Amino acid sequence: MSLKERKPLLYLDGVSVSFDGFKAINNLSMVIEKGEMRAIIGPNGAGKTTMMDIITGKTRPDEGSVFFEGDTDLTKHDEAAIANLGIGRKFQKPTVFESHTVMDNLVLSMKGKRGVFSALFHQEDAQERNSIADILEIIRLEHRKDALAADLSHGQKQWLEIGMLLAQDPKLLLVDEPVAGMTDAETVETAKLLREISRNHSVIVVEHDMSFIRDLDVKVTCLAEGAVLSEGSLAHVAADPKVIESYLGR
Amino acid sequence: MISRYLFQALDKRAFWVAVALMVFAVLVPLLNLVVPDGHPLHVPDYLVGLLGKYLCYAMLALALDLVWGYCGILSLGHGAFFALGGYAMGMYLMRQIGDRGVYANPVLPDFMVFLNWEKLPWFWYGFDQFWFAMVMVVVVPAVLAFVLGWLAFRSRVTGVYLSIITQAMTYALLLAFFRNDMGFGGNNGLTDFKDILGFSLQSSGTRAVLFALSALALAGTLVLCSLIVRSKLGKVMIAVRDAESRTRFLGYRVEHVKLFAFVLSAMIAGLAGALYVPQVGIINPGEFAPANSIDVVIWTAVGGRGTLIGPIIGAFLVSGGKSYFTAAFPDLWLFALGGLFVIVTLFMPKGVIGLLGQLKGLASKMPRKNADKPLPAKPEAAE
Ligand SMILES: Nc1ncnc2c1ncn2[C@@H]1O[C@H](COP(=O)(O)OP(=O)(O)OP(=O)(O)O)[C@@H](O)[C@H]1O
Ligand SMILES: [Mg+2]
Repeated sequence: MSLKERKPLLYLDGVSVSFDGFKAINNLSMVIEKGEMRAIIGPNGAGKTTMMDIITGKTRPDEGSVFFEGDTDLTKHDEAAIANLGIGRKFQKPTVFESHTVMDNLVLSMKGKRGVFSALFHQEDAQERNSIADILEIIRLEHRKDALAADLSHGQKQWLEIGMLLAQDPKLLLVDEPVAGMTDAETVETAKLLREISRNHSVIVVEHDMSFIRDLDVKVTCLAEGAVLSEGSLAHVAADPKVIESYLGR
Repeated sequence: MISRYLFQALDKRAFWVAVALMVFAVLVPLLNLVVPDGHPLHVPDYLVGLLGKYLCYAMLALALDLVWGYCGILSLGHGAFFALGGYAMGMYLMRQIGDRGVYANPVLPDFMVFLNWEKLPWFWYGFDQFWFAMVMVVVVPAVLAFVLGWLAFRSRVTGVYLSIITQAMTYALLLAFFRNDMGFGGNNGLTDFKDILGFSLQSSGTRAVLFALSALALAGTLVLCSLIVRSKLGKVMIAVRDAESRTRFLGYRVEHVKLFAFVLSAMIAGLAGALYVPQVGIINPGEFAPANSIDVVIWTAVGGRGTLIGPIIGAFLVSGGKSYFTAAFPDLWLFALGGLFVIVTLFMPKGVIGLLGQLKGLASKMPRKNADKPLPAKPEAAE
């Protein structure tokens, strides 16, 4: 059975993109199954973030195809359309709405209609209030719910952005370096949270923190120079001489 | 109760300013018409006209605040929407003159007779009907804003480039309306109006009513804008202003949000223009001058953008200052205006409203609460 018929959740095939002649992504192919959590590692500049840019419509690939749920060609949609298809994203540099409160950041992210007039006539209901309260509890920001997002610490912003993803409730979560700037204890908590989320969502996590990747305990893909260098269990990838040479050994 | 609902849904300050405007709408005409001349509380006719003019300016500044203060769209062409609304009203007033013009032509306005035109151009049809003219007052600016906004926002034109486009738009309209063959009275514009809905524009009564309508229209648009910015859509607008690209990744169509704000804002500006023209008695291409649009930006900045009531205060302060200065020290006005703008940009980033907040904060020696959403120090870099 071909990949397309099998309908994996996400399917990148021969994707390439270059910036001013520099190939940031070079003939990259990857398959993410429904319900899977995948960890992506790789040296700086390997193209991890660029890959997320391509999936979310921020960057158009020069070549190759990107299919979501089997037959939706993501290269033909823009950012808003892709978000509405059910792909959510946390940015490498935490990006929250700084002049909104923590609460309003979640209200804005809450799953639901995105049209201008639905927003204009939106009335918050009990169900929405409850989900937001739940999320605030999960991301441990209940006590800061009325604070401006700008006033949060770096780690709290990371958590708020994860909370925004939870509110969006997408089918696929792209999480770029979620534990950068977190303490060891927070890192452990984040791994726990992501595993919890992965029980009913598909997730792609990019991280450099090896102990975090170990805690996730999922299939790992190592990217280098815009292509897959090695793929498999963490033990397998970590033992791969190519990976040791270009990433872990350095 | 409706007022109870509004009180909760509106920003408290917006609510009280709207109430004050409604009081103003009744009080000023009363003091003008009922209180006898010579009494210390009598409001003279000229002052009614002047304040009425300021009310229209304030409405224009409010319209700009909706797009600039809340959506981050710095329009340098809002005067064009104001002028278009004004021209639509002016066309109705021209048709009202009827055969009382110099050439006594029952259909054609004087300037058309002067140009030897035989019949009314098609785009003047319908303007003898008040309702039709009133529809055009908002529809014409809305259509222009829609077309321009649709093209610009869809291609993600932002920042300085967008400002330049809006400035070019008003300049292009200025040149177009100067031409006699455009059919809008060329250089002289539309003037010599006689009456509106049968009421003489020269009578104090009519002028007092126009004043009251301007105050009520300003109160109404303030309430409308306040409801919008406090709704979830208002939150989306602020999100677009501060982190446009991030908003897209949540699934919001940034271009639709901006288009909504831009079109609504243009309609408010058009209405302001329509209320302005019968009070000043003339509309000419000068209203399209780029400098006029820049004045609106200054009023908004001085009052405090992103606050709705700030721009209203700014419009009154700056236009009041202009009226005073140009009479007392005619040569100094431009320097005063320039200096004011520099001072505001450097020392009062949140304008007069921000300054009031700071003073209040100092007085009570309490950390300021986040009652209003301040503008971020550094907006997201355009990506
Ligand atoms: N918009 C862009 N324009 C030009 N070059 C870009 C652009 N985006 C990415 N690049 C380049 O592409 C390469 C891959 O960048 P990318 O951000 O994807 O790396 P990464 O794997 O996420 O690295 P890190 O671990 O440091 O986050 C880098 O060399 C980067 O400079
Ligand atoms: Mg990266």
